[in-house]
Amino acid sequence: MTTTTEPTTTPVAKRPTMRRLDPIALRADFPILSAPTHSGHPLVYLDSASSSQKPAVVIDALDRYYREYNANVHRGIYEIGEKATAAYEEARARTARFIGASDPRQVVFTRNATEAINLVSYSWGRRNIGRGDAIVLTEMEHHANLVPWQLLVQEKDGDLEFIPITDDGLLRLDVLDVLLRLKPKLVAFTHVSNTLGTINPVREIVDRAHAAGALVLVDGAQAVPHVPVDVEALGVDFYAFSGHKMLAPMGSGALWARRELLEAMPPFLAGGEMIREVHLRRSEWNELPWKFEAGTPAVGDAIGLGVAADYLRGLGMDAVRVHERELVAYALSELPRLVPDIELYGPLDPDLRGGVVPFNLPGIHPHDVAQVLDRFGIAVRAGHHCTMPLHERLDLAATARASFSVFTTPSDIDALAAGLVEVERIFRA
Amino acid sequence: MDDLYRDYILEHSRRPHNFGVLESPSAAHEGANPLCGDRITMQLGIRDGLLAEVAFTGRGCAISQASASLLTDEVKGMTVDAAAAYRADDLLELLGIEISPARLKCAMLSLETLDAALADVETARPVTAVPAAPEPES
Repeated sequence: MTTTTEPTTTPVAKRPTMRRLDPIALRADFPILSAPTHSGHPLVYLDSASSSQKPAVVIDALDRYYREYNANVHRGIYEIGEKATAAYEEARARTARFIGASDPRQVVFTRNATEAINLVSYSWGRRNIGRGDAIVLTEMEHHANLVPWQLLVQEKDGDLEFIPITDDGLLRLDVLDVLLRLKPKLVAFTHVSNTLGTINPVREIVDRAHAAGALVLVDGAQAVPHVPVDVEALGVDFYAFSGHKMLAPMGSGALWARRELLEAMPPFLAGGEMIREVHLRRSEWNELPWKFEAGTPAVGDAIGLGVAADYLRGLGMDAVRVHERELVAYALSELPRLVPDIELYGPLDPDLRGGVVPFNLPGIHPHDVAQVLDRFGIAVRAGHHCTMPLHERLDLAATARASFSVFTTPSDIDALAAGLVEVERIFRA
Repeated sequence: MDDLYRDYILEHSRRPHNFGVLESPSAAHEGANPLCGDRITMQLGIRDGLLAEVAFTGRGCAISQASASLLTDEVKGMTVDAAAAYRADDLLELLGIEISPARLKCAMLSLETLDAALADVETARPVTAVPAAPEPES
């Protein structure tokens, strides 16, 4: 059927029906890309790993909520209150669909991945981690998936163990097997490294961890915007992610968890909405997921998250991944060609790397690199990207980082290379 | 275009003045901006209530290193009290460039480190400042 009309370049193409992403056409969906910059150059936004830009459909959804049906949820017996409640719960269903979750009640809205992980560490962790219990993390964790566990084991007198990385940023799974002999209660790790881009083999780690009796929490903040995610197929127990990195509003995010776990866990935050009955000296909790959503939620932001999830689903996450893999391959080959002394970090194989390229120019601090790039409208992150232990492991004070999104084009990478040449001209004069 | 990387700033960052270590410093302090990895060690050689020698070592962005170079030039020869009275505004004026809020910490690391080193001098003063001749100066 379609095979005759499609320009099949390779007979081994995995999915002949998969659409290709057209990043240039998609740029029109993101108003900020045509907004004026102080430099006069068009914005070359290479910091999507820090926070993504938002398409007009998401901005419009927020606007419409506040203009047309702004009301609290699960309360008002009137038209806009009911409309807001329906839209909020519809957003949950869309978010669930996006991550392959068959039951939206297992999706708890949070402010971001950090809050989702804290929810687990406070609620599940304080019930299940005791003296001498181990939690296995990795050397590449974002502080959000490290510091909550530090607090927990300090309080409970537990232990943290770390899966080390290789010099090019891959997890040493051989060491995982050794650590699993300690019978850890939890293995928590990032799906995609925010600093190196490493795509970790989630299913493989889950299988090994489960075989050793550990639960698994995955920090999906850098995965959901960039690779197809199916929480049920991955077999994880907890999956945390942020909305703002996946084209959704700031302040949106979610935790997905296995139903039995959520049911057994005590509430995290307490107050309105999360209760069924309140008496002066005791209360009964609401059903899932509202048991974990105390107080008035960020209704508009959650609605925006649902819209962003649908937008990405519409593009096809397979197509997003193929697009970003091509960008990574292009960057890994072009940047060293055009900027010969650039140092690149992370996996060299684009198959193992999401759209994240950290780098340094020897002798030039990344803050200076970023500052000069800003003159050309190029936005990159400079610093430690909330992974100080990883930088220590790689013996780096800081790095600059370019990261990609659906609207990133090869010419953005060309602009970065040209900007870096200019940085060198200034600092090596 | 920003004016951050003026020629003299780049010059000071490439070939910083007073870069090195003192043989027997009266006070020393290491300051850092852990967020960006800037690091400066400031060493003071105090004689007769004066900053007779000031030296620093460090690594970091051009702004942090140029700031340390310019600041050490500026305070060398000052009395300890005058150096302790040196303010952030004075340093910004000395730098002569517009520092964005995001880079303020880079620019101020040298002064914060100097202040911390001077504080060590202050606390040590009752013991060390007794000897011979400093009085007539003031």
